[in-house]
Order: sequence, then C-alpha cells, then structure tokens
Amino acid sequence: MTSAKKEELNRLILTELSELAPEADLTRLDPEADIREELDIDSFDFVRFITALSQITGKDVPEEDYIKLTTLASATAYFVR
Amino acid sequence: MSKFLMPSLGADMEEATLTQWLVKPGDHVRRGDVVAVVETAKGAIEIEIFEDGVIQTISVSEGERAPVGATLALISTKTEAAKTEAPKKEAALEQPKSPSKRKPGRASPAARKRAKELGLNLNDVEGSGPDGAVTLSDLERLGVQPKEDVGEAGAKPYDITAMRQTIAAAMARSKREIPHYYLATTVNMQAVETWLKTFNKGRQISERLPYLVPTLKAVALGLRKVPELNGFYTDDNHQAAEAINIGIAVSLRGGGLVAPALSHVDQMTLEEIAANLNDLIERARRGALRAKELSGPTITLSNMGERGVETLYGVITPPQVALVGLGRMVSRPCADDNGGVVVSPLMQITLSADHRVSSGHQGALFLNAVDKLLQTPEEL
Repeated sequence: MTSAKKEELNRLILTELSELAPEADLTRLDPEADIREELDIDSFDFVRFITALSQITGKDVPEEDYIKLTTLASATAYFVR
Repeated sequence: MSKFLMPSLGADMEEATLTQWLVKPGDHVRRGDVVAVVETAKGAIEIEIFEDGVIQTISVSEGERAPVGATLALISTKTEAAKTEAPKKEAALEQPKSPSKRKPGRASPAARKRAKELGLNLNDVEGSGPDGAVTLSDLERLGVQPKEDVGEAGAKPYDITAMRQTIAAAMARSKREIPHYYLATTVNMQAVETWLKTFNKGRQISERLPYLVPTLKAVALGLRKVPELNGFYTDDNHQAAEAINIGIAVSLRGGGLVAPALSHVDQMTLEEIAANLNDLIERARRGALRAKELSGPTITLSNMGERGVETLYGVITPPQVALVGLGRMVSRPCADDNGGVVVSPLMQITLSADHRVSSGHQGALFLNAVDKLLQTPEEL
C-alpha cells in the first residue's frame, strides 16, 4: 500500500473517531495511545467504530482482532496489511 | 371527560416545559398518538396520549412550564365524543390517515431537527401523529442515514448541567429515603465466553453478541424468580411490576447519564435484545428517546466493567427498588471441578436493593439464579 493510501486510511479513521468524540482535538491524539481511554469510548461505540472501518475498507474484522484496532497506529496498520 | 397529565419521565423529573402542541381543541386523538413535545433535562421528548378521544381544552400553553401531574389538556373519551358528534364525522375518523390531508409542516421539534439532519423534506414523509404530524418514530422507520454535511456541528442534544442537577436530586433522595443493602457474587463467565465465541464465529460484526446480552437476559429471568426486586415503592407501598423493563445506564459525553428502558427483556431472544439494545443506546446518545422509555424502567442495570471497575455498588433510582451492577471481566485462577486450578474469566455481579421491600435472602436468591442461568447460555 502506498503512503498516500495510508494517509487516506488515517484520515478516514480520524473522521470516524470525530463522529464518536466530536469534542476531542484529534490533531493531538497520540498514535500509540489507546483510543478507548484517550477518547472515552465505550465498547458499544468501539464496535461502531470497527463496523464503520470494516464497511469502508470492505475487510471483515474477526472478534479476536478487535484488540488490534485500539490505537490509531495499529488500526491503520491493520487495514494496510 | 378525562385529563391528559404531564407525565413523569423518570423519578428525577419534577417539571418540564411544554414546547409544542401537535393537536388543538376539536382534534381526534388515538391511544399512542404523539400529541405534544416537552423539554426536559433529558432533551426534547415526544409524549403520547393513552386513550382515544377528542381534545376539548388545552390547559398549558406552548412555552409554559408545568409540574409532573399537571393537567395539560382535557379530553372527551371516544364514548363521550360519539354522543355529541354527528355520525358522519365519526365515520370520517375511521378513514385511514392520508399524508395529503396533513397540514403542511406539522411535525414535532425533535422530528424537525432530525429531518434536517437527514436532509428530508417533511412534506414527503407520512406522519402517524394527530392530523398526520410527523414524529421522530416516523423518521426512524425510514432508516435514512444522515447526510455528512448537514446538522449543527457540535450540537448537544442534552443540557448536561440541568441533567446533573436532576440526577443529584434523585440520588440524594434515594440515599435519604431508601435503606439500601448490597450483595455481590463472582460469576464464572467461561461458559458464556465459550458459547459466544462459537455463536459469533462467521457472523458479521453487527450481528455478533457482546457478553452484556446474555447477562441481561439472565438478569431478566432471575427477576422472574424474585419479582420483589422488579417494581416500585411509592406511598409506603411496594408494587411489583408485571413487565421486566430494564433501565440501561448509558453515560453521555460531557458527564450526563440516562437510563432508558429496554422493555420485556425476559421475553426477547438474545438477537432481539442485541438489536434493541444497540438502537436504544444509539438513540440515547443522540437525544432521541421516547417518553415511555424514560418512564418505563422497573429496575436499572449499570455496567461499570466498561471502565475497568471490578465491583459496583450502585444507588437505586427511586421509585425503583433495585439496581444491578456489572463489573469488568477479569481472568483469574480458580478451582475446577477436579480440584485443579484453571484460569477463567470472572465477573462481579452486584445487587443494590431496597430493604423495605426485600431482604438479603431474596437478593441472594436472585444473584444465585443469575449465576446459574449464565452457566447454560445456550438455554437463554
């Protein structure tokens, strides 16, 4: 995947996060931080986030992989694979 | 003549502002029609009427505040109306509602706001309210997703400050009046975890069940066995509720909290519970709850396990008589049936209950029943 594609994916993830945490300043989000804790996202919203990314990318996310999507960096890497 | 009263949309509500009437004197109404919108700390709520009849008098004007129980309107019941009206008019009442007969623009404020978010023209939507007024429910039935660039950025559906004040009043009253007792039990969730892994395998994300769903069903079935925990305590009397409507504590961004009812949980399949729970939480966050959901809980469930808390001793929401708390799932070593040690997912389930209504013995029976039910999730 090209770096442009990676950037696009990153942007899409941030867009989804801004839907869930509209008050958050995502420009300051540490890519390695757990978004559930940083953005106060509960399991219900976290599944919504995963569902949205799965729909956008067309890639299924098995339940055991949810843990791989808990940071901005790891979520981007997961869908880049 | 009967009175249409300001409903109580939760024990913490004392009054509300009537923001819009969707009916006027002379209008025919049917049980379940949304006839007005009130503004509470929990947002704009559409309120329904509970009998058929004709609106005779409007007692509270738009913009006025009124306490819970105040008469908002007088209604002649259908029988009374039939005596005074010409048969022709009665026959007209039986005609199906037609959107073309609706007065243009009739819609509740909540529906108006939602239509704007969805980019819908209200004149294109068939309304089910009085005179064909479009309600929030009508828009939800359309299943339209919001346009990306409409709606007010950062708009808040709730007044969090007012909400905190009403929560404070209700919780202070609870601690002042209700003699709480607290029980906790540790439930081995291995059977649930194993069963869910198989159930969820191969299913789409939206169809997978979280562990909260079988837990909710087990709580509901446990309440069937100990009905003293499901109901209300008012005027020095306990009234057991017939339906098991579990109030789901939903935290809101900014510090708010609502606990709308998931109704008849004991009668739903796990898939139905999951679908209704998703819908309820999504609408709670969006500020689009219905009056009966806010006034309907017969018990509350709070899941603090979400935030890493292991044990929760909750404060009962009056006039309810119990609250169930869920802690987080933790993997711990525990003894198996053969005397060996295995690592299992454990969850603390707690009960806060009103000692005026039940005793610790009944509370223990309930928690034991929930524990037992969770050991056979395939039967839930």
